[in-house]
Amino acid sequence: MSGLIKVIEPFRFYTRLHLSELTGLRASNLSQLLSTVKQVSGSCVYHHTHRFLQQHQYLSPEPPNDFAYWVSKVLGEDELGERLASIDTVQFSTVRKLRDKIIATIEDYLKNNMSVKLKFAGEGEEFHFIKSISFILPTNYIAYNLREFVDIVKNITIDSIYFHIFESRLRLEKKTNDFSNWIETSIGDKESSDKISRLDPYTHTLEDLRKTIIKIVEQKLRDQ
Amino acid sequence: MTNIEEYIPIVGQPIIDDLKLLAEKLKGKVIQHINSTVVGGGVAEILSRMVPLLRELEVDTRWDAIRGGEHFFEVTKKFHNALHGRSEEITQRDFDIFLETSQKNIDALDIHGDIIFVHDPQPIALIKKKASNKWIWRCHIDVSNPNQQVWKFLKNFITSYDSAVFSAPSFSQRLPIRQFLISPSIDPLSDKNRELPQETIDSVLRKYNIKKDKPIITQISRFDRLKDPVGVIEAYKQVKKYIDCQLILAGGSAADDPESAQVLEEVKTRSGHDKDMHILLLPQDDIVVNALQRASDVIVQKSLKEGFGLTVAEALWKAKPVVASNVGGIPLQIKHKYSGLLCHSIDGASFAIKQFLTNPEYAEKLGQNGREHIRNNFLITRHIREYMLLFLSLYHKEDVVYL
Repeated sequence: MSGLIKVIEPFRFYTRLHLSELTGLRASNLSQLLSTVKQVSGSCVYHHTHRFLQQHQYLSPEPPNDFAYWVSKVLGEDELGERLASIDTVQFSTVRKLRDKIIATIEDYLKNNMSVKLKFAGEGEEFHFIKSISFILPTNYIAYNLREFVDIVKNITIDSIYFHIFESRLRLEKKTNDFSNWIETSIGDKESSDKISRLDPYTHTLEDLRKTIIKIVEQKLRDQ
Repeated sequence: MTNIEEYIPIVGQPIIDDLKLLAEKLKGKVIQHINSTVVGGGVAEILSRMVPLLRELEVDTRWDAIRGGEHFFEVTKKFHNALHGRSEEITQRDFDIFLETSQKNIDALDIHGDIIFVHDPQPIALIKKKASNKWIWRCHIDVSNPNQQVWKFLKNFITSYDSAVFSAPSFSQRLPIRQFLISPSIDPLSDKNRELPQETIDSVLRKYNIKKDKPIITQISRFDRLKDPVGVIEAYKQVKKYIDCQLILAGGSAADDPESAQVLEEVKTRSGHDKDMHILLLPQDDIVVNALQRASDVIVQKSLKEGFGLTVAEALWKAKPVVASNVGGIPLQIKHKYSGLLCHSIDGASFAIKQFLTNPEYAEKLGQNGREHIRNNFLITRHIREYMLLFLSLYHKEDVVYL
């Protein structure tokens, strides 16, 4: 009856709201993109690899990162675009490692495709580097058991789901997402915890992710 | 006056809860907006909706306007055009007029906010009054390619602010202060955007003698060359060869724009005797605009240059399929083939309109996607949230802020 037993450590839902900070840095070709990716802050790399998740969450289950989108749509380098889009972000535990992978992918491509250096974005189509500033704050929603947890997940903002699944794991460098961590350590339900942590959240829309988590937890509650 | 709770059915309770959480963090701070007019223009329109909502959230928000005479506003209009990249002859006398009026405002205006939020170039020199409070400069203009003489003059003031805010990434400049990207927004409960009963829509169509017997293509905008109304007519003519349809070009007059009457005449001449073209010079009536947008099958915004282009957000909010130019803030609102169709030419526009008219399910899908995109990104609730985060950012320099 783990779903109804009050746990020692309740789950406090946080939300993450963000502002986009402009850097004034821009790139017109692939070499400039590469050199700027190397020098900008991790907050910038994080912005361009995660922005689509929140802004276009209802549209595409595979949100492209901004680098992939620009390389394909503006420079017309579909092959590199595909390589950048298919970087398995969930495998990286830090933004630094993710950045290294992006850099290596571009450098590798440039080695074999020198002519791409001659391609420039048209006026107004340059890549503009933006930083993501996160504001993390506790909400008034607290779950003391699995039933309360799933009821809150049904109604909480996607910003909150985003925070606990994506931001806390990658940007705050926790090993797993917050939901899995709480379900395992406070509820003692390793099975549901594993099911959630095995999801590749980057291949779901945030609403799909919400539905999937609800399904996993409700199934557990029914089985008890 | 709209109540904040009225937005709950549109954006959901948790979004409003978030606004309340943020508002609590601003307790005790006085926010003072300053712009050039309290009536007329986009800035006044948004502040008139936003200030009461912030107050309802218990954020102590004030709003003042500077004073300026005819000469001052002639100069600032020149600045405005020059910042948009138009060639303008700007003399030392113009700068002197600007500085003289600015000094009068510096002397006269009571600056009492903890956070002073200055909108656009007209009041920019008030920064000379900066003390221990925080100052934000909000630029509503497309400064992607500004006249350097004017930009350098303004930059002397901008660099004394704590932060600047722009509407699109391409407007950002290399500045020694923090700059944020905050898009403008539409208010889903305003007369221009709220749901309308079918009778109201029908009565507006009757008033302008428009029958709903064939598909309606509409562009709502001032009669301004930058909105390319003649290009819209050409695109319509190309579509008309294959699909029997009608065109509405509707917009208000602009007393301060001597070109508008000339452009309207050109448009009327181009329309010839085609009874399916409705060229409407509208009075300021948001319900009429709302009704025309809702009666349309495809909405076009074929601008050659655009600060942000909120008519696109208005159309998408009504779940309309939109064909729009890939300029200014429009690509932030439309992702090509997901939430509308972007174009770069008259031929591209006519092809996209035909695609929508011959594939109504596709058109409906993109319109629905567009509505959700606007719900998530371009409503006034998002705008209020980002302004509150902006205020909080003045007291936190880090990239991850725990509140």
